[in-house]
Amino acid sequence: MDLQAIAFYLLAAVTVISGFLVITARNPVHSVLFLIMAFFTAAGLFVMLGAEFLAMLLIVVYVGAVAVLFLFVVMMLDVDFTQLREGFARYLPIGMAVGGVLAVEMVMVAVTVAANGAAGKNAAPAAPVADLPNAEAIGRVLYTDYIYFFQAAGLVLLVAMIGAIVLTLRRRPGVRRQNIGDQVARTPASGMKIVQIKSGEGLSE
Amino acid sequence: MTSTALDFWATPLGWTLITVGQILLVVIGVLLSLAFLLLADRKIWAGVQMRKGPNVVGPFGLFQSFADFFKFVLKEIVIPSGADKVVFIAAPLISFILAFGAWAVIPFAPGWVVSNINVGVLYLFAISSLGVYGIIMGGWASNSKYPFLGSLRSAAQMVSYEVSLGFIIITVILLSGSMNLQTIVEHQAGGFWNWHAFALPTIIVMFPMMVIFFISALAETNRPPFDLPEAESELVAGYQVEYSSTPYLLFMIGEYSNIVLMCAMISLLFFGGWQAPFPTPFLEAWSPTAVSLFGFLWFAIKIVFWFFMFAMAKAIVPRYRYDQLMRLGWKVFLPVSLVAVMLIAAWRVFGPQA
Repeated sequence: MDLQAIAFYLLAAVTVISGFLVITARNPVHSVLFLIMAFFTAAGLFVMLGAEFLAMLLIVVYVGAVAVLFLFVVMMLDVDFTQLREGFARYLPIGMAVGGVLAVEMVMVAVTVAANGAAGKNAAPAAPVADLPNAEAIGRVLYTDYIYFFQAAGLVLLVAMIGAIVLTLRRRPGVRRQNIGDQVARTPASGMKIVQIKSGEGLSE
Repeated sequence: MTSTALDFWATPLGWTLITVGQILLVVIGVLLSLAFLLLADRKIWAGVQMRKGPNVVGPFGLFQSFADFFKFVLKEIVIPSGADKVVFIAAPLISFILAFGAWAVIPFAPGWVVSNINVGVLYLFAISSLGVYGIIMGGWASNSKYPFLGSLRSAAQMVSYEVSLGFIIITVILLSGSMNLQTIVEHQAGGFWNWHAFALPTIIVMFPMMVIFFISALAETNRPPFDLPEAESELVAGYQVEYSSTPYLLFMIGEYSNIVLMCAMISLLFFGGWQAPFPTPFLEAWSPTAVSLFGFLWFAIKIVFWFFMFAMAKAIVPRYRYDQLMRLGWKVFLPVSLVAVMLIAAWRVFGPQA
């Protein structure tokens, strides 16, 4: 067995096991940590496929940013396990239904891919260009063939971002904020006042 | 070398051996240089405060770091009873492993690199963005208030400053047209006026970008003036409070390795990596090994220079307040670096090299 096969089976096994542990771990923080491990090993699998650009993006975006915020939120949650278990029986049918639909979909996709190849019936997959770094190859496809879809996806994300900001932004009354511009613009003339006080009289307001 | 020997190095076993050898060489080299850089950090700090600094162990205190090393290693590891043991032990290991894993793509000299991958810059960025996990996990697993607050601060801070770091890295990628670190360095050949930080006319944009990168690197590595995760007046020592002996040592080595890595990154991206600051046509007559050594010397000088800047920033700049830190990251650095990306992209499309 050569090195690539060993690396593949190692990474794939770790991905599957940590994916399983995400849903079985008792502690939600452990779940998130296993999720991060699954992301990380999936990035390793991307590298094995020769898609190193996608692997790095997966790590930068999902592991480096999304999962950090995820972990951040889960760590601060005060999870009550007894309450969680009480709801288990009630939510079980809904959970089973969603899981069943997902499983059927995945089987259908897998069968289609096995029968027709990765691109399905739509278009033949673009032939890999020799000696082209795959960041460049992705860029050519994304910014020439699919530029409108790419821009539309960007717009959707922008709207989502602005929506999130609008939903959470509120100005609380009575909070004094630091205004850096005002502080920098202050001069001795505007910032202090010299008062002559006669002895024995004090300062009247 | 005979042909049979060449064949052996081409087999999987030979390749594994040679790669393990290279990794060991880099790790040991970095560890040894860290020992002396750590001492230099303390000496510079002491010098600014007109103290002598460590001067007892060895000549000029040169062996202080080794004495500290044995002190840490020989002490007992104390695990708090309420801690999550596995995560508590894993956190410093992750910090340490990631900090050294990043060195795999650093080209020390022409051809001197463990793994010359096409997306070297992205790899560095990805690994440095993972560094936050060691800190978050350490703070959470300690099951204690101060470490937890420290790790929350650290997570928010590191995620914020990664954004501007990423944009600045994009300007460099746009200028050199590659994500391979060797290509980026070769693009800056021929004297300091070709380095990305000083090349005309992009110096108007790239020199400020270099300064912003340096400041973001300070925040990314939790160095003063942005060391809020371990602000001793507020949080004792932040996420490290419950750590002792070897796990603490791993955290500290990981932290310093990240600092030196950031110095190396600034040198590679803006200061021409192994390139000498003057044209070097005389190198063509030299042997490849001599050329590599010459390049390595310049790279080491640049790293030490940037480490000196890190140490000076620690010694002379007072600590930021947390809201000011967030304001600087999101309201100043993010828009400025975004504008810089647009300017550099426009320069690449409409400029003379287009």
